[in-house]
Amino acid sequence: MAEEILRVENLTKIYPGGVLANYQINFSVNKGEIHALVGENGAGKSTLMKMLFGIEEITDGKVFLHGEEVHFSSSKDAIAHGIGMVHQHMMLVPSLTVAENLVLGIEKKKGLFLDKKKAIEETEAISKKYNLYVEANRRVRDISIGMKQKLEILKTMYRGAKIIILDEPTAVLAPQETEELFEQLLNLKKEGYTILFISHKLGEVKYLCDRLTVLKDGRSIGTYEVKDVTAEEISHLMVGRDVKLEYEKTGQEAGEPVLTVEHLNYTDKFGTKKVDDLCFSLRRGEVLGIAGIEGNGQRETVEILTGNGQAESGAIRYGGQDLTKLNVAQNRRLGISHVPEDRNANGCAPEMSVRDNLIAASLDRLSDKGILKPSAIEDYCQSCVRDFNVKTVSLETSIKSLSGGNVQKAIVAREFTAGADVIILDQPTRGVDVGAMEFIHRKILQMRDEKKSLILVSADLTELRALSDRIIVFHQGKVVGVLDDISHVTDEELGLYMLGLKQDPEERLREA
Amino acid sequence: MSFLTNLDFWFTVLRCTTPVLFATMAALIASRSGLLNLGLEGGMTIAALCGVLGSGFTGSLFIGLLAGLAGGVGFTMLLAYFIQHFKTNPVISGVAMNLAASGGSVFCLYSITGDKNASNSLASLAFPAVDLPVIRSIPGLGDVLSGHNCLTYLAFLLTVILFVVLRSTSFGVHVRSVGESEEAARSVGISVEKVRYQAMLISGILASFGGMYLSMGYVNRFTSGMVAGRGYVALATNAMAAGNALLGMVSSILYGFGSALSIYLQNNNVDPYLITIIPYAFIIVFYAAFIFYYKCRKRLDEIV
Repeated sequence: MAEEILRVENLTKIYPGGVLANYQINFSVNKGEIHALVGENGAGKSTLMKMLFGIEEITDGKVFLHGEEVHFSSSKDAIAHGIGMVHQHMMLVPSLTVAENLVLGIEKKKGLFLDKKKAIEETEAISKKYNLYVEANRRVRDISIGMKQKLEILKTMYRGAKIIILDEPTAVLAPQETEELFEQLLNLKKEGYTILFISHKLGEVKYLCDRLTVLKDGRSIGTYEVKDVTAEEISHLMVGRDVKLEYEKTGQEAGEPVLTVEHLNYTDKFGTKKVDDLCFSLRRGEVLGIAGIEGNGQRETVEILTGNGQAESGAIRYGGQDLTKLNVAQNRRLGISHVPEDRNANGCAPEMSVRDNLIAASLDRLSDKGILKPSAIEDYCQSCVRDFNVKTVSLETSIKSLSGGNVQKAIVAREFTAGADVIILDQPTRGVDVGAMEFIHRKILQMRDEKKSLILVSADLTELRALSDRIIVFHQGKVVGVLDDISHVTDEELGLYMLGLKQDPEERLREA
Repeated sequence: MSFLTNLDFWFTVLRCTTPVLFATMAALIASRSGLLNLGLEGGMTIAALCGVLGSGFTGSLFIGLLAGLAGGVGFTMLLAYFIQHFKTNPVISGVAMNLAASGGSVFCLYSITGDKNASNSLASLAFPAVDLPVIRSIPGLGDVLSGHNCLTYLAFLLTVILFVVLRSTSFGVHVRSVGESEEAARSVGISVEKVRYQAMLISGILASFGGMYLSMGYVNRFTSGMVAGRGYVALATNAMAAGNALLGMVSSILYGFGSALSIYLQNNNVDPYLITIIPYAFIIVFYAAFIFYYKCRKRLDEIV
């Protein structure tokens, strides 16, 4: 019989201002299991975890640890009770070393000074003990995201955590790093640690977890044995309807090339050749998928295409113009839209209202001699919100208070309605819940049906295969593979191209 | 420019460096904790006045020192309280408090002593000058380094101490983590507010010494406007230092050099008002150069 370690009874959280984030949540976690907490963005997962970790005050309800009721007034209390949390956004100080970050707040002293030697020894010891490799002496700003995450996990254990909460840990990781992380988490499970794993990636949950609790609209729907439910059933519970990430594509012939990239070169400021004699073309009415391991020139190519970056040499032919000579505004005026990779940094102005964010790409249409037209703006925004299913309290709400999926839908709405012919999508569904993902996918295919041309850069191979008419694979700033028989492409095959182990012959690549 | 080989000139450089060095360190500890202490100018002014009043009325240098510290620290902590407790904008509250200090100091001086522009009627005291043993007798070096006011030596000493504290003590690491990544510090149970108050306390002490050096160093009277923007200069010299106390020493000496230059050029036939610009122009030029350098270097940092 499994031993219950943590139980939550009727936990409710109402934020000041009346927003109900969690309502009467019940679930329990057994010792030594990996327990998943799944739900769409905005379902209240993060709020629940913050209450368990003492960051958010509990409005009502009880938390039991080892059968005894506990009250946490700060994360310090939670840590003292053996609960540790790895936040989605790493809580590390970049200029301090790995060892200094590990011991931060509870560092040992030698006389007046911080005992750095001891900190390094302890880091190496704990790193070895749990087989989580970190370099004690490096500064955190210089280490990889994967190592940062290991450091965060070590930090919780160094503080004596027995229950570790991981908030969407794979959102920031590359596939290989994810695999490594899972292996390590399974190891920790063997050592008797209890792990609470927050995610909305059902594949990961199926692979890693023992039991799962589904949250929907701030309520707990139920706890299930992972082996008893299929991914489809889970997503049905999360979204409340069936989600199918397979789409019927109308068979349409791709038209003539609308945009041609010719011998593009770009060297970054450190002298690394990021884009190397790149050639490809985009045809009318197609979705051109771009695959590749991050850092192989996709970002730079998108930057140059959208006017955010300056090419060294080469040209991008579009409607008789060379896009490399134009800036962002001129680009957009010619009918090129862009859904950026990082929605909070480049996709929207987080502090501004939904309305102001929506109209940003269409100001020319919505104003007269520089004066905004309120009624046209109102109509336009209403139709965006309606057509793109953006869930917001009002148009005046600041966009940052929306869930990630809704922010992304708003950005997609803005870019898809700006009257563009070419739409460049950079990781359009990264960190977005399944419901929003499906919605955005359908909108992408709808644009394709309207004979728009789309470039889709994505790290999600399933997404690429589901949407693209052709996929080109980037490796070290070059196209190394052209795949147009999408229905027969496998992830393994794409992987070989992405790792540079396979390359199509020159003649074939010229067809890109 | 023959005075550049004059040992007196280099002595003057260090003399002019002292108040700005104190202020630079005050700005540095505050900014490392993530707060902008724009109230340096006011803190220095208040400390300069309080030191003069304290020593003038009691005839005790020690009480003057305590009064100066109390005034400067009190002023700085009040600013810290506004910023932290009421979440006011540090620039706005800093400027407001500086204006209050510049007017208030004259008002206090007049209502207490009856003097308007300078505390001439008050026999206030000054900190003594110190001759360094051994170094004094080294020809050349002794002339430049020895015989300074004791606060000058204190300034350089505190700079080195601050460097070590920030680098190698747990308090220093806490200050740096709070300044760099507030959330990370909070998540491991460090009290961000407490660390920032502590940093502002140190900042206030350092600023007070800078202010007292002006009114109790080479002169023993308070003159209205005697801080003359040094509290603002310190923000620039601190920016040049990029958080490193020893670099802050270098940037402060640059200001001292400019300041000494303006004193020596007064003997030439150059317009005296033009000359007073020199130390400030000096700092602007070097500030721009430093920031440009950091920008170039930061690019490299990103890949290493």
